Amino acid sequence: MYTLFLFQFRSEFRRKSIFLSLVLYLIALVFINYLSIGIQHRSLSPGIWSALFWMAMLSTLIHVVAKSFMGDKQGTMTYLYSLASPGQIILSRIFYNFFLCAGIAFTGYVFFAFWLNNPIEDTPLFILTLLLASFGFSSTLSILSAIASKTNNGNVIMAVLSFPILIGILLMSIKITKNCIDGLEWEASATPLMMLVGINLLASAFTYLLFPYIWRS
Amino acid sequence: MKNSWWKILSVVLLIYTVIGGLLLEVPRLVIIHESIRALYFHVPMWFGMVFLFLVSVGYSIAYLRNHQQRFDTIASTFAHAGLVFGILGIITGMIWANYTWGSPWHGDPKQNGAAISTLIYLAYFILRGSLDNPEQRARLSAVYSIFAFAAMIPLIFIIPRMTSSMHPGSGGNPGFNMYDLDSRMRPVFYPAVVGWMLLGTWIASVRLRILQAEEKILDLEYEKNK
Repeated sequence: MYTLFLFQFRSEFRRKSIFLSLVLYLIALVFINYLSIGIQHRSLSPGIWSALFWMAMLSTLIHVVAKSFMGDKQGTMTYLYSLASPGQIILSRIFYNFFLCAGIAFTGYVFFAFWLNNPIEDTPLFILTLLLASFGFSSTLSILSAIASKTNNGNVIMAVLSFPILIGILLMSIKITKNCIDGLEWEASATPLMMLVGINLLASAFTYLLFPYIWRS
Repeated sequence: MKNSWWKILSVVLLIYTVIGGLLLEVPRLVIIHESIRALYFHVPMWFGMVFLFLVSVGYSIAYLRNHQQRFDTIASTFAHAGLVFGILGIITGMIWANYTWGSPWHGDPKQNGAAISTLIYLAYFILRGSLDNPEQRARLSAVYSIFAFAAMIPLIFIIPRMTSSMHPGSGGNPGFNMYDLDSRMRPVFYPAVVGWMLLGTWIASVRLRILQAEEKILDLEYEKNK
């Protein structure tokens, strides 16, 4: 599994342009947010800041994870499946996508802080939320990307399939982020944090259980 | 005739629901007043929807365990009927909300949860529509259905209970909930739930037979042209 994990990092570095295009996508998105809302309103209200931030994350991370199965060539997949069990493949994918998502999320945070101020009071909690949400995104989207990669208009299908499922993660993250901006006690965010952990566990468990049924074609 | 007792039961129960639901005595409560009768028609829609989706997910699991095309057809027809119930539930809820809350869409957590589950099942049918190979379609949509159902549970059952809702029975609103339902309403409410569930099953089974008949016709035509 560790080898698979490294393999994905190495193949990613060989396709640098895709990764860089995603970073550029994110930068452009944040800049558009800044131009359309940030300029008129010098300081955004906590609700709007967190909603904007997570909307940007949603649209970027979907593309980040979507390419994990859709970008693969038929040959590589067959090769991988002959080497490892589907369980190992999906776990390595989830962890790899988690690192990618967390990286993109941090980059997004930096750019948000640069253009749209950094209203976060409670940084450790916010970073914990970023990590948890990244894991949720990666485990949910990995399996959906595997499903969408089998259809002929994968990108649209990917978005349609994932939006309703991701709403839970998004709502919880927005709630915690708002608490972070207001500088509330950790107790105030305890319930949404537990929900986020719960959704993560549920999503990764079902991904692990269901993935073997997908790859068989 | 022997096997259709539940269809007759469903018709009887629903006729009873309509007549009893509109004519029998109901408790008078502030704000809700006569609109409390929506309980007999709106709430059972959700019972019906969850029941039909459960059956659908059950057959999806059955399909993944032993690959029989029949299970996939059953799963999709039950999801179809469940979706119809979900949309009807939203519409009846909107009519009710228009008179009690003042506007059809009030951003209530339960309302949003219902909209999300409808979106999920619409996505399920779009996924089915975009796959040509029947075997692949059955497999992938079964996986999506199970995954989505697992993700939907916290959304429509847990979140509305955490946040305050404007629905009667929660958050100190006047009205009813499962435990303090007025005893005058029980004799109509429970038959209504069972009646609507049976009707949903009936709709699904009729659709299933239409699909099977169509398949048979296609097979026959194929034989003839061979």
